[in-house]
Amino acid sequence: MTNIGVYISLLLIFGGLLAILIYSLKGRDVDRRIIFLFVLFSVASAIIFHIEFEESATPIVKKVFEFVENLPPESKILISFDFDPAMKPEVHPMANAFVRHALVKGHKLYLMGLWPQGQALMTETIEYVLKPEFPNAVYGEDYVMLGYKAGNEGVLNVIITDFRKMYSTDAHGTSLDSIPLFDDVKSAKDMDLIFPVGGGKPGPKEWILFVGDPGNVPIAPGLAAVVAPLIYPYYPRQAIGLLGGVKGAAEYESELKKNYKEFENVETPALQMMGPQTMAHIVIMAFIVIGNIGFFRARRRKWQEGN
Amino acid sequence: MIFGKSLYCSFIIIACFFTVATAQNEAVATVDSVGQILPQPPGNIIVADHKYDNGGIIDIAWDRSPDDPLGIDGYNIYRACGDGDFEIVAFVLPGGMESYSFIDDKVERGESYRYKISVISSGGESFSESSVSVRGDWEFFDLDKLNILILGIIVCGSVIGFIFTARAGRKLFIRKISGLEALEEAVGRATEMGRPILFIPGILDMDDVQTLAAITILARVSRIVADYDSKIEMPVSRSLVMTTARETIKNSYLAAGRPDAYYDDMVHYVTDEQFGYVAAVNGIMVRDKPATCLYLGAFFAESLILAETGNYIGAIQIAGTARPGQLPFFVAACDYTLIGEELFAASAYLSGDPKQLGSLKGQDVGKFVAMAAMIIGTLAVTVVSAWQFKFFGWLSDLMYSMFSTN
Amino acid sequence: MKRTIPVIIVSVVGTVLVLSVFFPPVQTMGEDFSLFFDIIAVFAFFLGGGNLVRIHLVKIYRKRPDWGFSVVTLVGFFVTLLVGLGKLSVTGVTASVTAPDSFLQTIFVNIITPLSSTMYALLAFYVASASYRAFRAKNREATILLIAAFIILLGRTPLGMKLTGWIPEWLSILQIPNLAVWIMNAPNLAGQRAILIGVGLGVVAMSLRLILGMDRTYLGSDND
Repeated sequence: MTNIGVYISLLLIFGGLLAILIYSLKGRDVDRRIIFLFVLFSVASAIIFHIEFEESATPIVKKVFEFVENLPPESKILISFDFDPAMKPEVHPMANAFVRHALVKGHKLYLMGLWPQGQALMTETIEYVLKPEFPNAVYGEDYVMLGYKAGNEGVLNVIITDFRKMYSTDAHGTSLDSIPLFDDVKSAKDMDLIFPVGGGKPGPKEWILFVGDPGNVPIAPGLAAVVAPLIYPYYPRQAIGLLGGVKGAAEYESELKKNYKEFENVETPALQMMGPQTMAHIVIMAFIVIGNIGFFRARRRKWQEGN
Repeated sequence: MIFGKSLYCSFIIIACFFTVATAQNEAVATVDSVGQILPQPPGNIIVADHKYDNGGIIDIAWDRSPDDPLGIDGYNIYRACGDGDFEIVAFVLPGGMESYSFIDDKVERGESYRYKISVISSGGESFSESSVSVRGDWEFFDLDKLNILILGIIVCGSVIGFIFTARAGRKLFIRKISGLEALEEAVGRATEMGRPILFIPGILDMDDVQTLAAITILARVSRIVADYDSKIEMPVSRSLVMTTARETIKNSYLAAGRPDAYYDDMVHYVTDEQFGYVAAVNGIMVRDKPATCLYLGAFFAESLILAETGNYIGAIQIAGTARPGQLPFFVAACDYTLIGEELFAASAYLSGDPKQLGSLKGQDVGKFVAMAAMIIGTLAVTVVSAWQFKFFGWLSDLMYSMFSTN
Repeated sequence: MKRTIPVIIVSVVGTVLVLSVFFPPVQTMGEDFSLFFDIIAVFAFFLGGGNLVRIHLVKIYRKRPDWGFSVVTLVGFFVTLLVGLGKLSVTGVTASVTAPDSFLQTIFVNIITPLSSTMYALLAFYVASASYRAFRAKNREATILLIAAFIILLGRTPLGMKLTGWIPEWLSILQIPNLAVWIMNAPNLAGQRAILIGVGLGVVAMSLRLILGMDRTYLGSDND
């Protein structure tokens, strides 16, 4: 953080917060639009001046990483894209990082989705991550795209016994029977790991309840931060680990970079997002403090007037 | 009709039909007719009827070929029905494991099957001996879920028991739920201000129990709205919810004697897309400025956006959801929040009907069972692991088996 | 009759779905009922779409306030429907609507994705304003909530480790990231589990009332 712009931004932000504090001490409430302006400015300056921080993986993320590391080569991994564009900035980076990790270890990927928008998002991953970075990966032999299927948990109820009852073909219309990756795959129980990415319903929780637990298949969910607490009860028995929010994605990206030289220069959007997230959190904390100071002053004034 | 299947099933003996057969093979290297060295065949083929299914699944297990994994391409699984010929049903890749298993769920109930496993390599294909015959049979009841059934009977039984207790005239204490007490006041406020009431039933479809709970509350709310001659607006994100809600409100207006005041466009479809729906609802809130906003049902990330906008327009807000992840947002931004079970209790609570209130009391028995189990289980596990009192191991195992769903 | 038949349907279907969990012979019936719902929901799309088009057409016809936005809505609706159903692309008709050159994919990537992300991004601002308003140390519980919020806010960023990384290993639980994880895994989890247990019991009681026909408010108003 040696950029002069960084220092100027920080000066402006903290100076502004001080001014707000003084304003609040006079007993005035802060207009929510001022709060919005500060959040905007802090996030924008972090993006513009590329404020980034080093990350190290917490145990819960490391468990996922190590599980993939320790899987035997050519293990079967199912990735479910259960999110939409709104959640994309938070969870798509973890899906991309996971795809990189799985392919560099030589595992086989099965891509599907329970959300209609998931199909377009998995296409993005294939076009912008998989194909450019793994040009030797062969469709049908190293990865396959099953696409979106309507039916929510109903899809899971079926694929846990037979993929073909739900997916007679892949997303391109090719029969599963003529795809080499499905020669020895009958159902989701044949997977060595399932990585459902999402945060809504259906999502990772449904995968745990309808596939992971009854089928005894390891699940490593990738989640939006707001739903991560809901999945903690399932860790570590039903969920072998957990990637929660942008931080989880950033930790996974940083583990990938540390362990694989070939990924040193790839795009790491989650790591880049931690800078703005940190700045936004600082601003929020500052406003909470300002709000409380104003609250206590007003309460004290009331008490003094009462006396 | 409900019990038709039960009658049929009652003629079937409630028991597991379990057939275990083994076939042993000695590992011997053989040479085929053109002099190629064939791989050594797998051994110890075990076939068995799958437990607690409807008779269409057979489990097969075998020990690996001594040549596994070096030099072999995989295993073929062959199946013969009755005295028929063997035909291939599956292929399993080698993984260097000591034993393999396969679940064949394409069998017919009541038919007998035999299996053979072959191993394939560049030298050819070697077959194991055929297994003995196994028949797929169904079990009437999934014994693995017996514990869940018992717990379900306890909870349902207590609910029904308290319903009968209430019906007998006994007064049951139900604590106040302030969010529900405030409903009528909130509708009254909107009526006085001449502004509409906004009802948001969540963003999931009618197959979600929270949406169902929201619709049951809608019936009561729309009855109050009809009585007060106020206005209700209900943008929805699912078409089926739209049709259901229209029927519900229409019937409420009918019951209130105000069928003329009802019109279909009170409930209108917006979009299934989550944030498109939120944007539309936000626009309605900012333009129409409802005096009361009710958010009852399943919500996701949009909960805070809705609640903050409602706060901005100065509406009184009552929220309720069973999603713990969204509750903090509602609690922070709304005036009243129905937490979890309070949403499902709302309909019974608002009815005031003693029988329905009795069902709420029945839930307390379930909570008591849960609390007792947690305390006993935690103590048992702690005693065993901290002080090595193995004597309590049976208690912790019992608690685990009672509440496990696997 | 109008109220009796729906009640019977609810009772029968509800009972079958419960029984299908425990009795394998009934399992396929339970799966079939789930499929029936999906089929009905698909048909309901036509009703919803028709309603949307009608409301906005009326608004345009009567030139109600902001009718221009209704024009935008309808244009977006029909254009997306057309390019999706027709599988239109730059080169004519494409095999897959998610192919990079398909118009539907273009609409998705360039319009729907940024718009949805924008709405989701509003949360950042609303979290800030809600936090400013709600996190006041009014009493003991609110103060504990406030402290926990601070720990989580710091723990979710690298700042937490930078501030408390000096704490020795034997007291590592006091490092903010570990404290944040502990708060999520212990007290937060306990509260969530308690709520989930209550929700489960509430669902059982409500479902029982519906299956037994005691609660018919979904049909509208009184339970007679």
